[in-house]
Amino acid sequence: MLDRVLTRHPQVALRPEPFGALAYHYDNRKLIFLRHPDLLTVVQSLDGRRTVAEALDVAGVASSRRPSFLAALQSLLDSEMLGEPALTR
Amino acid sequence: MEEPTASTESSESIAAIAAIAATSDDEDELIEELLVEEISIDGMCGVY
Amino acid sequence: MNQPSLVDDLKSGLDAPICLTWELTYACNLQCVHCLSSSGRRDPDELTSAEAFGVLDELASMQVFYVNIGGGEPMIRKDFFDIVDHAVERGIGVKFSTNGAYLTPERAQRLAATPYLDVQISLDGLDAATNDPVRGKGSYAIARRAMDNLADAGFGPFKISIVVTRHNVGQLDGFKALADRYGATLRVTRLRPSGRGADSWHELHPTSVQQREIYRWLLEHGADVLTGDSFFHLNALGEQPLPGLNMCGAGRVVCLIDPIGDVYACPFVIHDEFKAGSVRDAGGFSGVWRNSHTFRELRRPQSAGACASCGQFDACQGGCMAAKYFTGLPLDGPDPECVNGHGEPALKVAGPHPIMAVDHSRAVPILLSRR
Repeated sequence: MLDRVLTRHPQVALRPEPFGALAYHYDNRKLIFLRHPDLLTVVQSLDGRRTVAEALDVAGVASSRRPSFLAALQSLLDSEMLGEPALTR
Repeated sequence: MEEPTASTESSESIAAIAAIAATSDDEDELIEELLVEEISIDGMCGVY
Repeated sequence: MNQPSLVDDLKSGLDAPICLTWELTYACNLQCVHCLSSSGRRDPDELTSAEAFGVLDELASMQVFYVNIGGGEPMIRKDFFDIVDHAVERGIGVKFSTNGAYLTPERAQRLAATPYLDVQISLDGLDAATNDPVRGKGSYAIARRAMDNLADAGFGPFKISIVVTRHNVGQLDGFKALADRYGATLRVTRLRPSGRGADSWHELHPTSVQQREIYRWLLEHGADVLTGDSFFHLNALGEQPLPGLNMCGAGRVVCLIDPIGDVYACPFVIHDEFKAGSVRDAGGFSGVWRNSHTFRELRRPQSAGACASCGQFDACQGGCMAAKYFTGLPLDGPDPECVNGHGEPALKVAGPHPIMAVDHSRAVPILLSRR
């Protein structure tokens, strides 16, 4: 997971909120809450060129928190909010 | 198009992953956070 | 780490609604006895096309994800498709609710070709004998024809939305089968004593025995059926909560814009008590959403009030504020349909119920008595 280059699906709207962010996928109608502003920063940093590890560095996520972040990113992959750059173009 | 259903299952699996990670022997004490929650927008009263 | 729950975050309000209900017109070809907006006649002060587009532009800038369009009958508006197109072009999804009278085959095809659009057909009975006493003579046939037109146009899955009444509780399985036959999604919602519903509520609302039936049915089918989370008051019936967030989103996550641009907490409380402002105010819709007194009040933690002594408040949240308000009950007490029976004694001592200030009804509908 740490070496993967990911990006946001083009049909996903990301809206900052006080507690983090809301993500809405216009194709599959899923609505997902990102429950921490740092996760929003990570997702915004996943621009299709950075690896997950680099995005976590950008957001300054401490190593003790990284398993939770990796689980979150897996969940976002599962719901198609995130994907591989080639596939999401 | 179908609405997503309230996804307690994915919340539980995320929590499970985080809990498993918390038992690793990393030096730093691991912090478990539930960072992603999916909800069914239809699970919201006030909508037609 | 002490993380507030998702529901706590939602109850304190969001920077913008996730979605909202927008009633485009008070004009309607039907006169359903339970109409929450007392629709019938167009209001002369209806938002113009330009004003409607302006609202959508503002919603787009706030990143409201989608609008639930209704009325009255929204397809009566001559600019209906212009409004829909304006919305989807700006990335705002559209879900709209219709009685189907204007859903011709040509319009069904146009809808099928529109992206980010969901359609919901209203129906309250599996046959004209059950449906038409509530929604009007011929309304069952109209709804079924609209469904057929959507199916023939290859629209894909649409929604069938029923309001659960005393007379159709026994038809829930049939509604599910009907939806399955069309490949549609069933939506089941709670009757509130709002609008014209105030007059018919006592005859139409489910009995306490029926409420248990509804709860059991939703536990069994809730994963496949949408409810708009309108039955969370039933959670006090058992250990297992119904699927959904089980909270009132009015003024916190969703709200209503009415045909003349007035903003209310939700479509079931079209009354000055719950009016937050107008899209025509200087600050526009965003000013109302962010700063109105009404919404600030709703976003404060709500106390259990008279329900504090009942152990079930966490499960039922004291029920629905619309149901309480329009049956003349205090908002900090039991729901009129409280499953623990606290509503009935409260109703006996309740004063006269509030009525909507403006009634757009065309005629007083007469509920045909059932044999």
